[in-house]
Amino acid sequence: MENRPLEYDYTVAKMFMLTTVLLGIVGMLVGVILAWEMAFPAVNTIAGSGLAEYTNFSRLRPLHTDAVIFGFTLSGIWATWYYVGQRVLKVSMAESKFLMFLGKLHFALYLLVVVAVVGSLLMGITTSKEYAEFEWPIDIAVVLVWVIWGMSIFGLIGIRREKSLYISIWYYIATFLGIAMLYLFNNMEIPTYFASGGIGSWYHSVSMYSGTNDALVQWWYGHNAVAFGFTVPIVAMIYYFLPKESGQAVYSYKLSLLAFWGLMFVYLWAGGHHLLFSTVPDWMQTMGSVFSVVLILPSWGSAINMLLTMKGEWQQVASSPLIKFMILASTFYMFSTLEGPIQAIKSVNALAHFTDWIVGHVHDGVLGWVAFMIMAALFHMAPRVFKREIYSKSLMNTQFWIQTLGVVLYFTSMWIAGITQGMMWRAHDEFGNLAYSFIDTVAVLHPYFTIRAVGGTLYLVGMFLFAFNMYKTMTSSRRVEESELQNASPMGA
Amino acid sequence: MDISTFQAYAYFFFTAFMVVVLYAYIYHLYSSQWKGKRDYEKYGDIALHDEITDQPIEHVSQNDDKK
Repeated sequence: MENRPLEYDYTVAKMFMLTTVLLGIVGMLVGVILAWEMAFPAVNTIAGSGLAEYTNFSRLRPLHTDAVIFGFTLSGIWATWYYVGQRVLKVSMAESKFLMFLGKLHFALYLLVVVAVVGSLLMGITTSKEYAEFEWPIDIAVVLVWVIWGMSIFGLIGIRREKSLYISIWYYIATFLGIAMLYLFNNMEIPTYFASGGIGSWYHSVSMYSGTNDALVQWWYGHNAVAFGFTVPIVAMIYYFLPKESGQAVYSYKLSLLAFWGLMFVYLWAGGHHLLFSTVPDWMQTMGSVFSVVLILPSWGSAINMLLTMKGEWQQVASSPLIKFMILASTFYMFSTLEGPIQAIKSVNALAHFTDWIVGHVHDGVLGWVAFMIMAALFHMAPRVFKREIYSKSLMNTQFWIQTLGVVLYFTSMWIAGITQGMMWRAHDEFGNLAYSFIDTVAVLHPYFTIRAVGGTLYLVGMFLFAFNMYKTMTSSRRVEESELQNASPMGA
Repeated sequence: MDISTFQAYAYFFFTAFMVVVLYAYIYHLYSSQWKGKRDYEKYGDIALHDEITDQPIEHVSQNDDKK
């Protein structure tokens, strides 16, 4: 034992890789069911009217969003943290029994929270705040999980050998601090049972904010959950995995630092764009719009930096499906960080708000950028944590094209649906009477809802291919030597 | 001065201040490199040379020997 050379310990990373794949499938499967329900309402009662309570759109919708955000994405963030963190700090989890214990505790508590969330959401127990549906007992457990992760981050940093913190670490720290602040403030709530002296259920609560204030805090949270859940940690991943897989150092480290501070400063002020034309003060709406447009700069700073990292090595995009995933992710990042600011411009928002175009925007970001990057990260990690080559390159390529087609069908159908919807809602005759009723729009949108469901189904098929490829990699792929793991990941045919 | 005039001045100076901070940071990043104080680009190699047996780009004890 004493003579064994020190190695990185990926035990905790592997655990979170497993939940990334499983919860990804759950979240996306529920999403696909919802998409078919939108196109064909009979699907709401597909399991019979007796079980309709559990299969209808409104019951499943929070399960879809929360499983993708807090299940798939968070697991991906943690899987990569427990991998990247050790490597760029040049310290092994095996060197600290305490950190290893914390990592395992982190995973165990997280699993408990997942079970509590899935159970409570299926039972219809929610606070009714979007992306913050969990009731107070679960919130307390979430805070505990988060604090343990924080201890793990700073514990690992505390025993590091590499003095400088690589840019990815900055982004992971920002994720930790950002979500901690957002989650605490938005989930300030009063348990009604205890406050009222025993009325109602013990687990129910009401928000400490009300009316416009509640909306403001909610969208400050909601938008920045996108910032610190779907952007910052995913940027952390691409700054590590793309240079490592391609063997090219990041094009400009200085630009990465500048983009980091730009993103940190600008993102927090942009949430007001969710409340345009609402009861919040006008200056705040304008600020939300302006900061959203300014946000293009730091976002593109990172994305262009990634594309330039491939300078002189573009043949790798053609030859490696893993690089393909990351370059497409980076491209979708640029695309959705341009689309978002356009939607936040007041005149555009007057048309786009509440339409399917917004849904399209979220999904080209999450399916094209977040999920592609997380899957690429897991593909890169798999040979290194399992010491086996990726099972099948051709399966990866197939997955890539099926999912790309899925994303394209998804967002194009939602663009057309959203703009059609917005135009129909505002159309009126010369006397100011609305030209269309709500059901007129639903009839027109039906084909696009169907195309969206097909797109989502294709993406889910790709997700199953991903899970299969990962499973085979873990269990029966060819074993590889350490020397094969320098840059480009080894892949079977 | 009424509150909206004050807000307008504050807005202008704050924006100008932030622009100065931004450009000062860019200048700092480049001038550190010219003056030989710190080459930020070398940190890009942290991701590439990340085996536990690789030499750190900057060893944590390098400047903390007295600790």
